[in-house]
Amino acid sequence: MSAHAQVHGVEDHHDDHGHHHKETFITKYIFSQDHKMISKQYLITGLFMGVIGILMSLLFRLQLAWPDHKFTIFEIFLGKWGTDGVMDPSIYLALVTIHGTIMVFFVLTAGLSGTFSNLLIPLQIGARDMASGFLNMVSYWLFFLSSIVMLFSLFVEAGPASAGWTIYPPLSALPQAIPGSGAGMTLWLSSIAIFIASSLLGSLNYIVTVINLRTKGMSMTRLPLTIWAFFVTAIIGVVSFPVLFSAALMLIMDRSFGTSFFLSDIYIAGEVLHHQGGSPVLFEHLFWFLGHPEVYIVILPAMGIVSEVMATNSRKPIFGYRAMVASILAIAFLSTIVWGHHMFISGMNPFLGSVFTFTTLLIAIPSAVKAFNWITTLWKGNLQMNTAMLFSIAFVSTFITGGLTGIILGDSALDINVHDTYFVVAHFHLVMGISALYGLLAGVYHWFPKMFQGRMMSKKLGYIHFWVTSIGAYGIFFPMHFVGMAGLPRRYYSNTAFPYFDDLADINVVMTIFAIITIAVQVVFLYNFFHSIFYGKIGPKNPWNATTLEWTAEVKHIHGNWDGPIPHVYRWAYDYSKLNKDETDYVIPGQDFIPQNVPLQDNEDELDH
Amino acid sequence: MTAFLVVLVIILFGISVWQMSRIFQLAQGKTSIHSEIASDKDNNTNGYLMMGFLAFMYILAILSFWLWGDVLLPDSGSEHGSKIDNLMLISMIIIFLVGILTQWLLHYFAFIYRGNKTKRATFYADNDKLEFIWTIIPVIVLAGLIIYGLFTWTDIMNVDKDDDPLIVELYAQQFNWKARYGGNDNTLGEANVRLIEGVNQLGVDPADPNGQDDKIVTELHLPVGRKVLFKMRSQDVLHSAYMPHFRAQMNCVPGMITQFAFTPTVTTAEMRQNDKIVDKVARINEIRREKSVALTAAGDEALEPYEFDYILLCNKICGISHYNMQMKIIVESEEDYKTWLAEQPTVGEQLSNETK
Repeated sequence: MSAHAQVHGVEDHHDDHGHHHKETFITKYIFSQDHKMISKQYLITGLFMGVIGILMSLLFRLQLAWPDHKFTIFEIFLGKWGTDGVMDPSIYLALVTIHGTIMVFFVLTAGLSGTFSNLLIPLQIGARDMASGFLNMVSYWLFFLSSIVMLFSLFVEAGPASAGWTIYPPLSALPQAIPGSGAGMTLWLSSIAIFIASSLLGSLNYIVTVINLRTKGMSMTRLPLTIWAFFVTAIIGVVSFPVLFSAALMLIMDRSFGTSFFLSDIYIAGEVLHHQGGSPVLFEHLFWFLGHPEVYIVILPAMGIVSEVMATNSRKPIFGYRAMVASILAIAFLSTIVWGHHMFISGMNPFLGSVFTFTTLLIAIPSAVKAFNWITTLWKGNLQMNTAMLFSIAFVSTFITGGLTGIILGDSALDINVHDTYFVVAHFHLVMGISALYGLLAGVYHWFPKMFQGRMMSKKLGYIHFWVTSIGAYGIFFPMHFVGMAGLPRRYYSNTAFPYFDDLADINVVMTIFAIITIAVQVVFLYNFFHSIFYGKIGPKNPWNATTLEWTAEVKHIHGNWDGPIPHVYRWAYDYSKLNKDETDYVIPGQDFIPQNVPLQDNEDELDH
Repeated sequence: MTAFLVVLVIILFGISVWQMSRIFQLAQGKTSIHSEIASDKDNNTNGYLMMGFLAFMYILAILSFWLWGDVLLPDSGSEHGSKIDNLMLISMIIIFLVGILTQWLLHYFAFIYRGNKTKRATFYADNDKLEFIWTIIPVIVLAGLIIYGLFTWTDIMNVDKDDDPLIVELYAQQFNWKARYGGNDNTLGEANVRLIEGVNQLGVDPADPNGQDDKIVTELHLPVGRKVLFKMRSQDVLHSAYMPHFRAQMNCVPGMITQFAFTPTVTTAEMRQNDKIVDKVARINEIRREKSVALTAAGDEALEPYEFDYILLCNKICGISHYNMQMKIIVESEEDYKTWLAEQPTVGEQLSNETK
């Protein structure tokens, strides 16, 4: 098939993607403009960053559980900051900062949205590639560069950025305030600026591709929910990331060029600084204008993946397709007007707090609709418990658990006492961290055969990975709510300075043990992933019996995705278990799904979804 | 206790792994489909495990409350705190009801509708009535919570000047707290970081007559039953004044003055008699005794026994010693408070002492 693809003529391909050119190793594997290869590059870079981010969390969980113990592992990984196995407080702050940054931006934004938007948008809408393969390639390489800069910052003399992933000035602006705000913070800001450029190029490409390159018959209301989610995610990204860029730029100016956007009335290290008139609260507004939509940039693609995987494996249409699309749009809109709920006690006018409480609790409504629709999708289904399906079900579970505690945090009056405690940490790890990771893992297990030319990941290893992870995730984050409600602030290197918190030691130990187990079992996943790339069993062309177009494309990767003409679309993406007019059998006898490229049959009713 | 918990977790984990591997072994059967695609046996096994997982979640929740229910904060020591606690309780009840119900539905459906070859899924694409129901129910519940929450919030944040609150400045710097009382006129003198010099560590304006009788202290004393209006300042980076026992928190922002007000209702002495606090202190001292044994064996000093005090913590990352930025708060009777305050020197005295 591939040989055929290499030589066959231009006449089949009316759009010129240069796929008939001879490829070298460099154009195929490194500076590739093919969306499938770029998606794999995103995934593997994302996984690599994920390993680093998660190992960092292992280090600080050890410190939190056994603050008095000396760990040789600290000396090995942290060098001068782990002398004699004792973790230095400044490196603790650096670890939580970089852990947050890596997980939010590099793993859950680029690794999740970058991977699956690139893989699925062209394949599911019936396009030969992205609107601009070149910009797509530039987008990946900017992401790669920003990853390198971020990793490089771990090795600077005074230590990496350590002002928290939210980098609130003045702490992030003044090297006198914390050593990490020197060269480490400069590199952090450069890395994020490059990352934003990468994200914008990617997002614009996704938007243009979805709008312009849908195949014949693929109306917006026939798009799979994955594409809706990626499309809306890209729009949120384009709207909000530039604001973070402006904040980063102003912070760079304050740090290096003497401006006072965020600084005023500061006396530090024995001297008064010249800065006058700025406001750190302004930075908080700018940061969270991106920061809050960012959590939806992280979670929406996961929602799209879960909707798709769940419908396919339930052998049922997703329940309430239009309501699902509407709730994605509602969440996207509301996500841009709720940022102030991170700032209830920042010193901004309490009236604003009231407004943001109102908008924040509104966002619970579309989220609830989605949760109920997923549950109803399972109802009376014929559930195929593939690993991807298990992660999708677990996604709904953690999304509900984490989402519900959002009702407390979104309520300004209640937020007063749990703000910046471990309650917040537990909340967002469940609702966006773990949930989005489950979405990522569901996507990897589900579309692995599409990424790696028909090879499949091991089912048994997948099950072990899933069950241990899902038990471990709750084991870490459920008890954490108690630590928060006991009043323990987050980002404390140790709570031994407060005898009042001495009785929290048990909970910390339990959480760390669960964390160790959960982190350990990810090795099973990594083994399964890399082993299956080379030795996975070749599965059928459409292993999960899905209706969407990507499974009609060639198993062997070729430029242009389809060997022949692009398929046309005649129906929505969720004709699972649809019966014929007499209700005697499925529309296609013996086959419980109708691919999107199959025309309307004589024996079926046309339904309006 | 720790050792017991560690062992318990390891045992439970071991059992779950053993059970899982057994179930997977039993599930080994002949499959007609591709070996990496879920077979009927897999569907069955994982369906049962879904119910097991539901049980795990419920047990985890119950066990957590049983083991750690008593680490939670005691009854509020401030007037508005009971309103917050009440709203918290209502929200928690709603959350738990919704959580228990939806998790049950999710996992029960995953179990009962686990697939097999002979089954046929029901083609059921939408139902406007259902969508309406589960839009409107959250709307009503959330409307109730929003209204209750907003009234509470407005109540807490709006300070009525007619209450004649005691004015206290909380001053944050890396890595300690100071408090400044308005003195006899209950008015704080103007201050700015540019005036920081020598003993005048808070930059109080020496030319402002209001500042002369101000008193700067490192331990916060509050009279019980009188509203206190805190004016927060920071001299370097963001800090957050967090007083968990009073359900009070506000950021300290360089360049601006933020505020938060509350009325302490329980004196330190009374809180020490609170049942939850008595138990907690006993538990903590038990832990400290155990630790001290190990410490003295290693030749270090033993830990001092703990006695409860209200605390002010820093709750916004502020630098290396963020984890140890604290101030003791003492709530006492009006007379005790006045006696204590009378002993503190005024800013005027401090400044004139320096010039001498």
